[in-house]
Amino acid sequence: MTTQAARTEQPLLSVQDLKIRIETDNGVMQAVDGVDFNIYKGKTLGLVGESGCGKSLTSRSIISINPKECETTGSAVYHSESEKALHNLDLLSLPPTGKRIRSIRGRKIAMIFQEPMTAFSPMYTIGNQIMEAILIHRTKDKKKAKKIALEMLAKVGISDQEKRFDQYPHEFSGGMRQRAMISMALSCNPELLIADEPTTALDVTIQAQVLELMRELQKELGMAILLVTHDLGIIAKMCDEVAVMYLGKIVEQAPVKEIFYNPKHPYTKGLLKSMPRLGGNKSKRLDSIEGAVPMPIGLPPMCGFYDRCKDRIEGVCNTKAVPKTHISDQHSVRCFLYEDQSEGESQ
Amino acid sequence: MTKKILSVSNINKYFQVKSKTALFRKPASVRVLNDISFELIEGETLSIVGESGCGKTTLGRCLVRGMDASSGHVYYHTENGEQIDFLELKGKKAKPYRRNVQMIFQDPYSSLSPRMSVFDIIAEPLIANFKLSRAEIEQKVMEIAEKTGLNVNYLQRYPHAFSGGQRQRIAIARALIMHPRLIVCDEAVSALDVSIQAQIINLLKDLQEQLQITYIFISHDLSIVQNISDRVAVMHLGKIVELAATESLFGSPKHPYTEALMSAVPQPDPELNKSRIILQGEMPNPANPPSGCHFHPRCAYKTEKCVREAPELRQVGENHYTACHYGEELNLQGVHDETASVI
Repeated sequence: MTTQAARTEQPLLSVQDLKIRIETDNGVMQAVDGVDFNIYKGKTLGLVGESGCGKSLTSRSIISINPKECETTGSAVYHSESEKALHNLDLLSLPPTGKRIRSIRGRKIAMIFQEPMTAFSPMYTIGNQIMEAILIHRTKDKKKAKKIALEMLAKVGISDQEKRFDQYPHEFSGGMRQRAMISMALSCNPELLIADEPTTALDVTIQAQVLELMRELQKELGMAILLVTHDLGIIAKMCDEVAVMYLGKIVEQAPVKEIFYNPKHPYTKGLLKSMPRLGGNKSKRLDSIEGAVPMPIGLPPMCGFYDRCKDRIEGVCNTKAVPKTHISDQHSVRCFLYEDQSEGESQ
Repeated sequence: MTKKILSVSNINKYFQVKSKTALFRKPASVRVLNDISFELIEGETLSIVGESGCGKTTLGRCLVRGMDASSGHVYYHTENGEQIDFLELKGKKAKPYRRNVQMIFQDPYSSLSPRMSVFDIIAEPLIANFKLSRAEIEQKVMEIAEKTGLNVNYLQRYPHAFSGGQRQRIAIARALIMHPRLIVCDEAVSALDVSIQAQIINLLKDLQEQLQITYIFISHDLSIVQNISDRVAVMHLGKIVELAATESLFGSPKHPYTEALMSAVPQPDPELNKSRIILQGEMPNPANPPSGCHFHPRCAYKTEKCVREAPELRQVGENHYTACHYGEELNLQGVHDETASVI
């Protein structure tokens, strides 16, 4: 079962029925509950949702870097055209500390983290840390590695690279550090870049620079991006396709324009309306979504948004799990309001 | 009828920075606030925006006297028209004025004591300021809790049992219990999720309508600022570079920095993110500010005059001030109402 029936191209990464359970003192937390999505070459998929919806866990599970308390099931099939060994390889079936996943991490799939200060080690120079990945994956020659690292620093717009190369992370500003992190992630020409809230810690003006840089590099290198964020503004600017997550499930998935101009799920609609946007004014009240996100522990099989939903149907939404409904080839939603619109297609 | 509540005149704040290399050298000082002056009208919301490090939080703290300004005056206008220099008052004398000026902090996870129950947190200012009986305190706390949308049955719980949005409501209740005339909100909604953010913004607006509170709203998020404020002050490197009524500022900005800030905000609309101005470079180091206009290294419209002369904040329209030599001549891009028409 694919989400995009119309596309014939084979996805670079196909995540199917991903579930992550975490044992806590209060019971078993179903943090991610049956997530499916495909990522295509050269495209950007946005994963958007509020804190605690499982978007970070989902993105991290792809390269198996979640803490070991997370019990992960499902599949994440990676399909690289350039390497035979990586045809239809299920990443989740690989042991998380094994050789094979380590040869993919950093080389084929790279990641950018939210807080560049904590992602870099304070004990090594920036150059040293960028070179580390290159030495592991690309060349054994230190001189060559340094040359590649300097080129990468230049590519992300860091001037005076020779001097910057020997500096420590604390000597970089937030924006510079994030640029250095991008150069580190891209140093091995990855096919997929996972960016987990890459600009949340930055000022708007610097955020604009970093986002622009990511887009330019994507065009140049043709990589796919999985962008995890809570900011719908960034989604609108960067993504081709969007998956909206709520309480561990993808509640709506569609191309970016569909999400913004033709949202279907009450949660997506609520999010879009509650976002203050430029052009509003003081007299206008923001539409808010009442209530708060429940804890995903011991929830009955029903729509997780039920308590906060304005359009809920009693006796339907709170009695059974919500199946996925396809509204069109590329637009799917998990909501009972649209169930009858696609005869037989839903499961 | 416009009644002033606060007149801020020429506030300066210096921080001393210890030199890392020379042990006996006199510590250098960084000018964090540079001659800030403005007036605050009762019942309005004045927002202060700017990038991190521009001094907006320092300004907020100086106004509530969480820290003392190095020089300048903050005149507080009492309800019966007296004018008092808030910064000169010391110790007990300052107490009655402190009561009227409260603060809400950014991070509701660190601004509430984990060892006090919610009831105690909200009641603490009352106990510190007045001699009230237990019953009176209880009644007042319940009243405020209801007003801020807290469940009164949960008041004996501790903050860890509450979500971010609920905690921010607790912080608001704690500020409101003194019936302040002015509340300084320092990034009060930045740590919250979008759907919760909207709830808290609406709550703040409702409370203002009911109780005629004046807000100083410190934020880096321009879309929120536009939705909550009557006037906006844009700060850059310790200086107010533009001060105007919200509509006028967003409709026709008169400072290139304001224009760039607005343009950098990603809009939740895929069609709208086209002609954006992306500032090159980063905020200059406040310990070693550039000559002339502090913004000139990043400004697209700079001339020689900008490198030489520092512009003063001057009036360019009704209720519109800018610190740019060319405020009127430049035809800067604002945001218009059409952007809000989607959905």
